[in-house]
Amino acid sequence: MDNQKLFISSHAPYWHNGSRLSVKNYHMMIAALPAVVMGICQYGAPALGVVALSVSVAIIWELLMNVVMKRPVSIGDGSAALIGLLFAMLLPASTPWWTVVLGTFLAIVVGKQIYGGIGCNPLNPVLVAVAIIFLSWKGLLDIDEALVNYDLGFFMVCPLAAVKHFGTSAVGDFTVGGLLMGQYPGAIGTTFGLGLVVGGIYLMLRGMIRWEISISFLVGVFVTALIFNLADAEKYAGPLFHLLTGYTLMGAFFLATEDSSSPVNFIPMLIYGACAGFLTVLIRNIGAFVDGTVFAILMMNVANPLLDKIRPKALGKGIDHA
Amino acid sequence: MVRKPFFGLGKPKLAYTQIDDIGTGIQEIPPPEKVTLFLEMTASNVDDLVLSTGDEVQTGQCLRPFPAGKSYLTATATGVISDVSFRTDPMGRSGLSVSIEVREKDLWDPEFEKTGMKPNTETARAFLRGLPGVSDFTGFIREDAPLRAIIVSGFDQDLLVATNQLSLRNSGPQLAQGIDCLQKITGAQKVIVAVPPALRSEADQGGVEVRVLDTLYPGALPRLLIERILGVTVPSAGGWQDVDIGVLSAEAVIALGQAYSEGKPPITKVLTVIDKKERASGVRVRIGTPVNHILESLHITLNEGDRLVFGGPMAGRGVYSEEAAIGPTTDAIMVQDKGQVFATFGDACINCGECVRACPARLPVNMLIRLLENGLYEEAAQEYDLLSCVECGLCSYVCTMRIPIFHYIMLGKHELASTGYLEESNG
Repeated sequence: MDNQKLFISSHAPYWHNGSRLSVKNYHMMIAALPAVVMGICQYGAPALGVVALSVSVAIIWELLMNVVMKRPVSIGDGSAALIGLLFAMLLPASTPWWTVVLGTFLAIVVGKQIYGGIGCNPLNPVLVAVAIIFLSWKGLLDIDEALVNYDLGFFMVCPLAAVKHFGTSAVGDFTVGGLLMGQYPGAIGTTFGLGLVVGGIYLMLRGMIRWEISISFLVGVFVTALIFNLADAEKYAGPLFHLLTGYTLMGAFFLATEDSSSPVNFIPMLIYGACAGFLTVLIRNIGAFVDGTVFAILMMNVANPLLDKIRPKALGKGIDHA
Repeated sequence: MVRKPFFGLGKPKLAYTQIDDIGTGIQEIPPPEKVTLFLEMTASNVDDLVLSTGDEVQTGQCLRPFPAGKSYLTATATGVISDVSFRTDPMGRSGLSVSIEVREKDLWDPEFEKTGMKPNTETARAFLRGLPGVSDFTGFIREDAPLRAIIVSGFDQDLLVATNQLSLRNSGPQLAQGIDCLQKITGAQKVIVAVPPALRSEADQGGVEVRVLDTLYPGALPRLLIERILGVTVPSAGGWQDVDIGVLSAEAVIALGQAYSEGKPPITKVLTVIDKKERASGVRVRIGTPVNHILESLHITLNEGDRLVFGGPMAGRGVYSEEAAIGPTTDAIMVQDKGQVFATFGDACINCGECVRACPARLPVNMLIRLLENGLYEEAAQEYDLLSCVECGLCSYVCTMRIPIFHYIMLGKHELASTGYLEESNG
């Protein structure tokens, strides 16, 4: 027995399809890049500064929490970097440095690490941070207020705020093509609709996000906006306008699909996405806030454990013995 | 190793190996110097053993360790017993291990031939317990309530394995005889042959209903096969016995027919050997042959840190010794180079939902793993359908975090079985 060869023995399966978390997160960042690059091109160095600071500080917070909580260092899996990037994408280019540092702290520490790290967060960490910042310093995330000193050569009015306060006549100058190409003021990574759609389709086809959630979210926004528009076209903007403005596309492809806070069964995914889309338009049209995406998705995050109880009957479950 | 395709938004599509892809020859491996037979049982009093070292045995002889016991082993070689002991085998099962030093010439035990070789329950019970491909054939024989149906499966249980398909391709004409014997012995009302498309003509020779099914893994696992062919769902906490429908491999049925036509109980097993480059080839060996004998014959070398598996890549059993012997249910041996061995991790589940998509039994794997990691096995069975698992291994295969989910599930089932929970839920 002494000179016996030692084999590696483990439980089946002996194959793996090769997927891993870091690959998934890096691909999500790649998919987000077109929109980020467009934002940096539009708003210049300040936007680059916000993105770079957000990603790096998010990684530092993650590392600090790893050390404090005596857990294995997890910055290599790309999850902190992705949170930092997504958070930066939701900020206007003029966001001060301390907001970025505080926001990433809220996302990484309050949104994720205090629950036990990746996979344990009940809410989307990015949205937790955005919601807290938004409610605490209202002007910081108000596009019209934040970008008051910018003139990029197109109509410098936040379309969602305009339609909320002045009705559809105020946004007649925005065309679908213009909205798709980012020809309106907004947060760094949210205005280039075409880039977000291409990134989102890429992620769906690769199986890195759950297509059911994205599609049902967009359908939810579309149908609800259409109903409002049909009811009063003077007051409420059309469905395409709602799909292409604000955080809608970010929400559909990058925020609502966050793994840990969204359901995995087929019917719950559809309900989750559709309800989040419905709530988004509801808050925009008759709620207190200009954009409802953040609160709509957070609300559905809370409903997620309940929704995921709707699941198919397992094979052989509940059958009596002969 | 099959990787995730570049575009993959659905469940994994893994196909069973097709016979036409691997060649149809079966290489005969000469008998080894020693065969080791294994009878799974709880350890009993060693003093009652009637087998002892030094006993002469003949090929095909029934070796009864206890005179009163029903279970027996069939000697697969002529020679002298060199070891009889209770032990845990390299598969992790505990039971009685009997080793026979093999003599060159086979002398056949005449007992089976003397019975007149009539295919009936008595002869089957007395001589054919250990058919290749079945752990205990006598489980299919029920005098009081014969099985409603028996599905003869021409599919293999795992990827890369082609044992059943090889048997059917090479011995197709004997299938009809096997099915005839099977019907006489078990009294089953209906026998259905299930095969992949490539084996349709061989299956037609059986003379009974044939069902051609697609080759998508894990559709040929017994529970799924019963549901797909007969529309009967096996209860999660039970087995095929509960629905009176049996699943037998084509190899076993062919061996059954051959046993009665030749007057000799089966002593060989067809095996698929999967080498380090994942090439499969068919061999025929004596049951009880140690693995190193087979690997030497095929010029496959194993090094320190490699992996040796009984079975296929998805649901095989890892073994730790080259001395491990081929049993009647060992359909394949797979070797993996240490470079192909991937690590699993104990990280938390991120709830990506890949496992839920992949699961053929519709289990909430994402919730199940959270309970199993914390040892809440009974709750896992009651609330999250642990017992419905068909043991295909796809959950671990697709796991983004590389959590050994399948391992956790089997541990949970094992723990429930050892605490008696299963008997309670059955009762």
